[in-house]
Amino acid sequence: MSTSAAVEIESLVKCYGRVPAVDGLSLTIPSGTITSVLGPNGAGKTTTIECCEGYRRPDSGTVRVLGLDPQRDARRLRPRVGVMLQEGAGFYPGARGVELLSHLARLHATPLDVATLVEQLELGDTARTPMRRLSGGQRQRVALAAALVGRPELVFLDEPTAGLDPRMRRSVWDTLSELRAAGVTVVLCTHLIEEAERLADHVVIIHDGQQVAQGSPAELTEDDESTVRFNGRPRLDLASLRDALPEDASVQEVSPGTYVVATTVDPGVLATITSWCAAHDVMPEGLQVGRTSLEDVFIKLTGAEPGTGS
Amino acid sequence: MTTTERRYRPAPGAAPVWRMLVAQTAFETRLLLRHGEQLLLTAVIPVTLLALLAFVPVIDTGAYSRLDFLVPGILALAVMSTSFTSLAIATGYERRYGVLKRLATTPLPRSALLIAKALTVLVVEALQVTLVGGLGAALGWRPTGSVLAVLALIVVGTLAFAGLGFLMAGTLRAEATLAAANLVYLLLLVLGGIIIPLDEFPDGVQPVLMATPAGALADGLRSVLADGSGLPWSGVAILAGWAVAGFAAAARWFRWE
Ligand SMILES: Nc1ncnc2c1ncn2[C@@H]1O[C@H](COP(=O)(O)OP(=O)(O)OP(=O)(O)O)[C@@H](O)[C@H]1O
Ligand SMILES: [Mg+2]
Repeated sequence: MSTSAAVEIESLVKCYGRVPAVDGLSLTIPSGTITSVLGPNGAGKTTTIECCEGYRRPDSGTVRVLGLDPQRDARRLRPRVGVMLQEGAGFYPGARGVELLSHLARLHATPLDVATLVEQLELGDTARTPMRRLSGGQRQRVALAAALVGRPELVFLDEPTAGLDPRMRRSVWDTLSELRAAGVTVVLCTHLIEEAERLADHVVIIHDGQQVAQGSPAELTEDDESTVRFNGRPRLDLASLRDALPEDASVQEVSPGTYVVATTVDPGVLATITSWCAAHDVMPEGLQVGRTSLEDVFIKLTGAEPGTGS
Repeated sequence: MTTTERRYRPAPGAAPVWRMLVAQTAFETRLLLRHGEQLLLTAVIPVTLLALLAFVPVIDTGAYSRLDFLVPGILALAVMSTSFTSLAIATGYERRYGVLKRLATTPLPRSALLIAKALTVLVVEALQVTLVGGLGAALGWRPTGSVLAVLALIVVGTLAFAGLGFLMAGTLRAEATLAAANLVYLLLLVLGGIIIPLDEFPDGVQPVLMATPAGALADGLRSVLADGSGLPWSGVAILAGWAVAGFAAAARWFRWE
């Protein structure tokens, strides 16, 4: 396992029409890691990795994948990289799952054994059914297998566990860990913070087409900032709480009725929160002061709530 | 853990191009031959038309005997159904489902994909020619002319239709391609000198119909197979013109996504 970068992006810009989807993004993905790429819907994750796959031509900036230019060196790069498109897209609608894997295997010099792969990813039920009739989750697992069958050293997986049932999700997580153990670099776009927390050695957060954080989960969550979490009625109006708190504090309703305040928590801040709750007739159940989690960092950086900005 | 670690150990590499070509051609041919609607278009309709029209004298085949007129026309129809209609529809849906995008990330070069598609068409056409020619022979058809001239016409005709098929598949939505490709098939079946002799049409439109790929191919095949003429250069020129124009336009406007 080398410690060099598997992917290096510098000031990438990619527009659709006039609107930039990726807007001056730079990131580094270390070799031999599982790197999670996080970001809200429309942040530019898919566009970014499609530039890495050589599928999209950057408007400006540089992209280096395994030291190569995905556009100019496509011929040399493609055999070394495995790709799973978002939603497992990209398959002959009339081909059966296993048949498709066998075909893709034939395009490679020393592919994985398809029968073993089918067994490992539990794809037996896709042997007789055309891709267009498979369930979304089945199709996605075929797509994952298809990304691996050529024995790549780098894989780009765009939300590989979206829509999978809990058992299948775990099984995919096991596969990803095995990939890392075998020395494969895994680039994993996901919306599941839990997935990133469990698996990722390295995390990149993208927001509005820019990289807003990157580093190991420990690096991203280590600062003197902490959080206060509490439950109350859903959809409380948080504006007055924001006004009462220090300038740099962020307040989010992370899920209906669950609120997170991220700031440098001291007794004064805690008092502000509880007196605001009292004034608004909110019993702050499960009130908890805690270390910043990856989710807190994510929400703070991407301002998932409308009105809070970024 | 050792065995599982070994399982995914990277060993990247592309297969030799010839092997990718063979694999891609075999794969696409298999999918095509399994596809019911496509088979209807490429096998059932031509064979049924030939059998029906050979027995039921609904058309006046003019100077030609019934089979001498029909079999070359149906061969042209077979070529059109595979190299135009079926190719356009399949490619249109592959584009829509992101197949072309996904394939662009495999070791298969784009040129090899195009060659594989061409080879697939030729394989299916060989089956069609055997089927249609075999049925014709069983009904008493006795062709003359040079096999090489027939092959040349079929290849140029295929290129002419394929260019137009790619153009359509690469610019329209899949559903629109499906509809338009079937419409063109039907129009050229009736107007392209395939089952109705072109001299049944008003004098003014005959040259126009003759200049369609179907008209040029059907007429060319007829002049070789029924009249025993050599390679009909005017027909070849018309088909080559369509091929150049079609591929140039497809290269210019084809969108992979
Ligand atoms: N093919 C396209 N044509 C036009 N606009 C596009 C296209 N693909 C993406 N966009 C736009 O670019 C922006 C970034 O999209 P992208 O798919 O990269 O986001 P993402 O981070 O992958 O989102 P998600 O989490 O929803 O998958 C979005 O605003 C989207 O609407
Ligand atoms: Mg995406």
